[in-house]
Amino acid sequence: MAERITKAEVVKVARLARLELTGEEIERFSTQLAAILDHVAMLERLDTRDVPPTAQAIRLEAPMREDEARPGLGRDDAAAPAPAWEEGCFAVPRIIAGDEK
Amino acid sequence: MIDLCSLTAVELADLVRSGEASARAIAEAHLARAHAIDDRIGAFLRLTDQKALEMADAVDCKRARGEPPGALAGVPVGLKDLLSTKGLETTCGSRILEGYVPRYDATVIERLRAADAVFLGKTNMDEFAMGSSTENSAYQITRNPFDPTRIPGGSSGGSAAAVAARMVPIAIGTDTGGSIRQPASHCGVTGLKPTYGRVSRWGLVAFASSLDQIGPFSRTVRDAALVTSVIAGHDPRDSTSAPRGVPDLLAALGRDLGGLKIGVPREYFVEGMDPDVAHVVRAAIARLAELGAALCEVSLPHTEYALAVYYLVATAEASSNLSRYDGVRYGLRVPAASLDQMYARTRAAGFGPEVKRRIMLGTYALSAGYYDAYYGKAQKVRTLVCRDFDEVFGEVDAIVAPTSPTAAFRLGERVDDPLQMYLADVFTLPASLAGLPAISVPCGFVGAPALPIGLQIMGRQFDEPTVLRVADAFERAAPGARRSPEVLP
Repeated sequence: MAERITKAEVVKVARLARLELTGEEIERFSTQLAAILDHVAMLERLDTRDVPPTAQAIRLEAPMREDEARPGLGRDDAAAPAPAWEEGCFAVPRIIAGDEK
Repeated sequence: MIDLCSLTAVELADLVRSGEASARAIAEAHLARAHAIDDRIGAFLRLTDQKALEMADAVDCKRARGEPPGALAGVPVGLKDLLSTKGLETTCGSRILEGYVPRYDATVIERLRAADAVFLGKTNMDEFAMGSSTENSAYQITRNPFDPTRIPGGSSGGSAAAVAARMVPIAIGTDTGGSIRQPASHCGVTGLKPTYGRVSRWGLVAFASSLDQIGPFSRTVRDAALVTSVIAGHDPRDSTSAPRGVPDLLAALGRDLGGLKIGVPREYFVEGMDPDVAHVVRAAIARLAELGAALCEVSLPHTEYALAVYYLVATAEASSNLSRYDGVRYGLRVPAASLDQMYARTRAAGFGPEVKRRIMLGTYALSAGYYDAYYGKAQKVRTLVCRDFDEVFGEVDAIVAPTSPTAAFRLGERVDDPLQMYLADVFTLPASLAGLPAISVPCGFVGAPALPIGLQIMGRQFDEPTVLRVADAFERAAPGARRSPEVLP
């Protein structure tokens, strides 16, 4: 059987998922994901050309409400669990290249 | 002297309302028991004694002032550690949320507080509710109170074990693919997954948003009905919360099964099923006929596809939901020179292997070139699974089946084989995909030491009353199906 997922694909997916994987994890996930994908391949046996997808089982319409301001969490409460908070903002590493030393 | 820890929630709330016992005495008795035995079980990640006693005292004060205490007056409750609880650390069993203290209450927590429940602590769980054995917790394992060498089931294993071991009469869990029903089955307690949309998910840490549902563990069906009636109902803060009233769930109890048609799906008694488990479940189903139900064999032909559908849909939703753990707003941050590196290293350090595996599978299933073949296909087959149930529920009022194909397996037995672990949920996944209410009630034992087995009862969407009615009638007819674990005092 053709390989369901290659190591290169695992590396690509890890990058999309923002997960830094070790070499050992890449090996292991390649094998395990291939086994799981082998199992889910059984879905190919079913003809679903005229079947609509189900995103959610109770078939609710998206509810509407008045566009009114309501109290939110508040800045102090939002800041409390933050790993880094500076001048009223979540602080993160530099994302725009500039005058780096 | 009554043993407060052996009483039900209904009984405890009555004692508090009548003044025969104080909420404080009840909280102290349960805390004392939990402190005495939980080193052998590991059900709780954290017991919050001080908060519990404060809540209990508030209930006692309320009664002293002449105000009527609520429906769960003084009832000790264990909370699965993924419900946002103001001022109480909430980790989801994950290192990435270690030390995270929410600043607000989930709707379910608000409703339990308003009913005067007393929170004893946070229960162990598979990390982000991903697992069937609670072995994926980043913090500790939980042992099955009936046999400490075995798993309690998962992902709500701590909640199930805490109720079975009588540390609490009630614990709250969540069920995405069986995470209430399967541990209830393995721990010999009752666990109800309400209809999708019946209970607000606002403030619940999301795993798979089209499947997640909150529900109770209890030692009686009446207690399950009582707690569900407290937590259920429309919540405008959750756009998937169903805008409909909740019927009187307690009124469904105390009846026989005359006039009910109950279907037994042939696809749930298949090869691979433990023959002893099948025997116990068959005997329980026969009991339903004695109670007046008309039994008939039914077919849910797409049952065998549910596992594949679930592991594509749930992982796709999880990969999206868990993208929020990026080290920016809360939780762990691993410092790095660039933002991208910070994301990738934070997530690498904060997530355990099963969570990473599911994020990888979900990201793959949603990625360009594979979306139609995997995620799109799974959503279409989900429709076929739903249609199976629609058709059968045109004929019958409830469907009964085993909750799990086996009794609790041994700790460590399946940790290295994800697919084997996933198969533990093969009988609970279909009702999750179709959004149906489903309960697991203890129906007997197998082996030595005796391990509990659960009977699963599934109903039409929003028909919790029928599900509870069947479970309650069975419970009253089969008192021997409920036992306390022998290994505990």
